[in-house]
Amino acid sequence: MLRALKIEPEKCTGCLQCEMACSYENEQVFNPSKSRIRIFNFHDEGRFAPYTCTQCAEAWCLHSCPVEAIVINPKTGAKEVIEDVCVGCKVCTIACPFGTVNYNHDSGKVIKCDLCGGNPACAEACPTAAITYVDIDQTGLDRMRAHAQKTLPQSAQAA
Amino acid sequence: MAWTRNVMRVNLTKGTIKREPLNMEWAMEYLGQRGLATKYFVEEVDPKVDPLSPENKMIMTTGPLTGTMASTGGRYSVVTKGPLTGAIACSNSGGFIGAEIKSAGWDMIIFEGRSKKPVYLYVENDRAELLDARDLWGKSVWDTDHELHKRHQDPLIRVAAVGRAAEKGCLYAAIVNDLHRAAGRSGVGTVMASKNLKAVVVRGTRGVGNIRDPKAFMKAVNAGKKVLHDNAVTGAGLPKYGTQVLMNVINEIGASPTRNMREVQFEGASKISGEAMHEIRKSDGKANLVTNAACFGCTIACGRISVIDKNHYTVVNSPKYWGASGGLEYEAAWALGNDTGVDDLDALTYANFLCNEDGIDPISFGSTVAAAMELYETGAITKKDTGGIDLKFGSAEALTKITELTCRGEGFGKIIGLGSRRLCEKYGHPELSMTVKSQEFPAYDPRGIQGMGLAYATSNRGACHLRGYTVASEVMGIPEKTDPLTTDGKPALVKAFQDATAVVDSTGLCVFTTFAWTLNDIQPQIAAACEGDWSMEKLHEVGERIWNMERMFNNAAGFTARDDTLPRRLLTEPARTGPARGKANMLDKMLPEYYRLRGWTPEGTPTKETRARLGL
Repeated sequence: MLRALKIEPEKCTGCLQCEMACSYENEQVFNPSKSRIRIFNFHDEGRFAPYTCTQCAEAWCLHSCPVEAIVINPKTGAKEVIEDVCVGCKVCTIACPFGTVNYNHDSGKVIKCDLCGGNPACAEACPTAAITYVDIDQTGLDRMRAHAQKTLPQSAQAA
Repeated sequence: MAWTRNVMRVNLTKGTIKREPLNMEWAMEYLGQRGLATKYFVEEVDPKVDPLSPENKMIMTTGPLTGTMASTGGRYSVVTKGPLTGAIACSNSGGFIGAEIKSAGWDMIIFEGRSKKPVYLYVENDRAELLDARDLWGKSVWDTDHELHKRHQDPLIRVAAVGRAAEKGCLYAAIVNDLHRAAGRSGVGTVMASKNLKAVVVRGTRGVGNIRDPKAFMKAVNAGKKVLHDNAVTGAGLPKYGTQVLMNVINEIGASPTRNMREVQFEGASKISGEAMHEIRKSDGKANLVTNAACFGCTIACGRISVIDKNHYTVVNSPKYWGASGGLEYEAAWALGNDTGVDDLDALTYANFLCNEDGIDPISFGSTVAAAMELYETGAITKKDTGGIDLKFGSAEALTKITELTCRGEGFGKIIGLGSRRLCEKYGHPELSMTVKSQEFPAYDPRGIQGMGLAYATSNRGACHLRGYTVASEVMGIPEKTDPLTTDGKPALVKAFQDATAVVDSTGLCVFTTFAWTLNDIQPQIAAACEGDWSMEKLHEVGERIWNMERMFNNAAGFTARDDTLPRRLLTEPARTGPARGKANMLDKMLPEYYRLRGWTPEGTPTKETRARLGL
């Protein structure tokens, strides 16, 4: 079964545990500025939003790479950057409509979410389950269930 | 390693910035943050120094776990000599700038001297410079933050700044970072402004690494996170209600100081409680609370983000305050509310926004307003003094007006900015000042929670709940229940809490973890992250050493056993309602035993043996 990161912004508290887990997994340092997942704080609205690569099926980054440094991991479906091949041209950062591929000036390569090979550190670290790793075809299941419950007669809703 | 081993020394008089290696010998004895920075401070500063002179120093300091994944590991502290108290001041703050300082590669920043003109410090990793802040002087913290983000064209910088109150000499001005987190107490912001230092701006992209044993560290971190998650207070109560979970609880046990501590229960408490913040307002169909929010790395997330009803009289003409911002925490709600008798949740939220916007400590401010209200009631203060404000207990209008004036350092607000002791002395009623060592009380009445009386009387920074929070034991039964109405065992309890808190404040972690954690949960995280011996025995010793070091500084600054006391009201006027009815605080039953347990003379100074035992 392929799985995907499911993000529920309404559960996010902005603690950045995910950013630290991500940077620690990938860079062996607690460093939000090197995280592949980022939390955005919309201060005046009092809202937080985690955001990262959604692993597009037809990935712009992959198609735009002139040296074929971005490949699909068949086990996870993740689009992964092969560091040794990447030349740091940044064309993928332009191609990605969501901004989730970024340049790392320390290494001269790009970085993006690779689902940690199937065990995403961000989901593991999130204290409120705002980030979970679920069946890729069923990311809407919980929301469907919640709305389905609203269609039940009153007594069943209370239970 | 956990420490970056880099100290930045900023001489504001000369305009120089130097890097020096962290004194690792001291780190092994004082750990970090509160302990280690205080060690630097007492070694470098004369205890008799005028707090607002260039000779006073101010240290912004992180702990070894700041910036790591340890839950709540985002704290920093500001250590200086406080202008409100004349004692050692150490104010702790969350938000994000602490981790940013660490990520930029610094354990602490020592500020000395005084700049000729207003400046701000800009730090980008190992690059640091003092930049002109003349155009920022006279601006609030919020406007300063906004302007600096614009100027540096960098949404990721973190800003700590002082507002207009600090510039105008308010003695309990705070340093506010990330818009609404504050190194709040004892006037550390006043010291910063006295140095003509408007702000500290930091961008760190190096991260925090060099953990001694990464595998053991992550195991300890995850175990710690689980304990916080599974605990009823840190896993449920605090995320849902914030520290405001305490408003109704403390009021019910008759320990909620009300109207300048004349009473111990406030009839309006439920209207300004954590529960009330969830209620949908009839006026605009929204709740006061928008969401809870976390500081850096915190898996509790007790922070409140609130909105004021746009139609409320305080903001109806000020769209600036219509957005969400830092809402009421328990201490602010109590000081602005219970102690002044005001039960208008929107008015309190507005007053709290202003305290954040211009950087004043809402505890000291609210308590000082409460004292002024009592002086007004007795006729010692009149409308002539207040500039026409009808300063009655319970008046939301009076409270919000005086908040505006104090935050801007205008009119009667300048007098309120001096704090309760100076206010009450000025108007001839020193007995009405509810302070210890000139610092105002927080939200726990020591008649209803006896151990807190001793904690307040002996706190190294004046009346404060964060130096020894025996409320945890006496009210919540953490780590074990003691009777709040008796003094039995309290001296030992207070000492244990004071020493353990000194350790927590030296790690980079938040003291709120100790609703669930004991040092047994923290020790494995420190031991895995830091080189050196960090056994439980060692940590207890470090805590006691820090406490005695602070005490010795205060003794040298002129404090004696005579200052270890409470206002007469709390010692002689019994509680009139609630479970503590008929009781005053019985400090004299606790203090001698406390001195004995501490290894201090009856005059309240550490004996030669105690000093030798702790290496002081």
